[in-house]
Amino acid sequence: MGELKGIYALWYREFKVFQREKSRVIASIISPILWFLVIGGGIGSFVSLNGLNYQAFIFPGVLMQAALFSSVFFGVYIVWDKKIDFLKEVLVAPLSRTSIFIGKILGGATDTLIQIVILLAVGYAFTASGMLIGLNFSLFSVLLSMAILFIAIVGLVSIGLIIGSQMESPEGFQLIMSFLVFPLFFLSGALFPINNLPAWMAPIVFVNPVTYAVDGLRWALLGSSTFPLILDIAVISVFSIIMVGIGTYAFKKMKL
Amino acid sequence: MHIIETKNLTKKYGKEVLAVDNLNLEVKEGEIFGLLGPNGAGKTTTLMMLTTLRPPTSGTAKINGFDIIKEPHKVRKSIGIVFQDPSSDEILTGYENLKLHGLLYDMPKELMEKRISEVLKLVDLEKRKNDVVKKYSGGMRRRLELARGLMHRPKILFMDEPTLGLDPQSREHIWKYIEKLAKENKMTIIITTHYMDEADKLCDRLAIIDAGKIVVLNSPKELKKELGGDVIKIKTKKLNANALKKLKYVKKIQKSGGEYCLTVKDASTHLQEILKGTGKIDSVEIHSPTLDDVFLHYTGKAIREDSPEGGWAQKAMNMKTKK
Repeated sequence: MGELKGIYALWYREFKVFQREKSRVIASIISPILWFLVIGGGIGSFVSLNGLNYQAFIFPGVLMQAALFSSVFFGVYIVWDKKIDFLKEVLVAPLSRTSIFIGKILGGATDTLIQIVILLAVGYAFTASGMLIGLNFSLFSVLLSMAILFIAIVGLVSIGLIIGSQMESPEGFQLIMSFLVFPLFFLSGALFPINNLPAWMAPIVFVNPVTYAVDGLRWALLGSSTFPLILDIAVISVFSIIMVGIGTYAFKKMKL
Repeated sequence: MHIIETKNLTKKYGKEVLAVDNLNLEVKEGEIFGLLGPNGAGKTTTLMMLTTLRPPTSGTAKINGFDIIKEPHKVRKSIGIVFQDPSSDEILTGYENLKLHGLLYDMPKELMEKRISEVLKLVDLEKRKNDVVKKYSGGMRRRLELARGLMHRPKILFMDEPTLGLDPQSREHIWKYIEKLAKENKMTIIITTHYMDEADKLCDRLAIIDAGKIVVLNSPKELKKELGGDVIKIKTKKLNANALKKLKYVKKIQKSGGEYCLTVKDASTHLQEILKGTGKIDSVEIHSPTLDDVFLHYTGKAIREDSPEGGWAQKAMNMKTKK
């Protein structure tokens, strides 16, 4: 009971922060919307993939982008908790490190999924108004997309928490952006099909767990994918389980 | 069994800095125990180890019968702490920070609400409870911190500089509340403080720590008595110390700033003789020993109330500009 309440406590805090920091939310969904509108619309005006509009093609990639950026950075943000000493208050409470970790993940997942819902609504609005053809919106496809993203987010928030728990100050944010988040995004097939890649790139793309999340989203929203859905879900599940494992360990070893 | 027992508790930072040096300490249940020491004496590091937030380099301690290294979770269930630095979330309101604390400590809902009102009243933040902490002044944050620490009534409460930067009136309130908690709930309270009057008034026993070691440990009353006389403070450019040392009732001569502190038996009867020996002086003051004198006697340093370690006020100021 105590542990569950503790997890709720941490979630409650993250959710309140999310509610108050509107600028953070807006900043993190404006960029995916721009990708969707400008890159999708611009490139889509002269490119189509096997009869599929490019803008529709990158929509799952854009959802993934929002999830990736927002969840990794949510995790890294723990370095801020350290800096303002809030983390001390949490770590001295009678709560297992695993519960603290879970509370953080659920907080991050909630924040990120709310952003995803907004983006899905944008996609739906485009589809319903006839401005975009090719996306398949149904209760099932939406729920499946959310489920796939949830699994991926758990792993991605964990990566962020692992990095953040080892960092001493927030100065390294930019490095994480350049060396982790952008590569994961660009090398995931979020922006291009992955069945005919240059030889140097293919192996990297195929070991990137984000690739499988994007592929699963394509299955849900476009009805076609490179891998079987079950493989996509299996890969991201394994990825997330491993990350949670490492993350819980990193939390136990964290220095203040 | 003592409620707190440390065995050769040691913390090294890097290879050189020995912050806490083989500390052996026993605290009785229901006692208010003070840790006094100059800046960097190792008080905060000791608290951090006892509250499981930092592992000791060697040695260990038992809190409420549980080992801080082997059973940190059980230790955490027995304790509470008021940190020296502000550790509340500034994006949440005062009330929300307290609620968060209640949830983290698994307090039943009704009790939690009751305590929240109680502590908010104590620290006089009722009217501001729904403002985000970002809008609080440094002193208000400090009071919120204190309120939070007092909320869940642990078996053992650690307080790192609890009334730092508070006005005298608030300090009075807090002292009364702390004393009440200790008496009524048999709560054991460990405080570190820079305020000698606070230590004198509150603590049943206190330890003066310097360079990570206990220099002396006793009740405030005994400590003052042990000095063995009254204190004569003499302000002068140069003191003829050799002449004074020959007088057998002069127990000790110490220099602090531009002043000389003499510990003298029956000072009032011997004052004239002493002044004969000192040569020309600017001023003289005589008083029965205070904890300040005890502190100076054992550490050779006067305590500076205005410069706590960590620079709490500074930090509170910086917080506002961050983010």
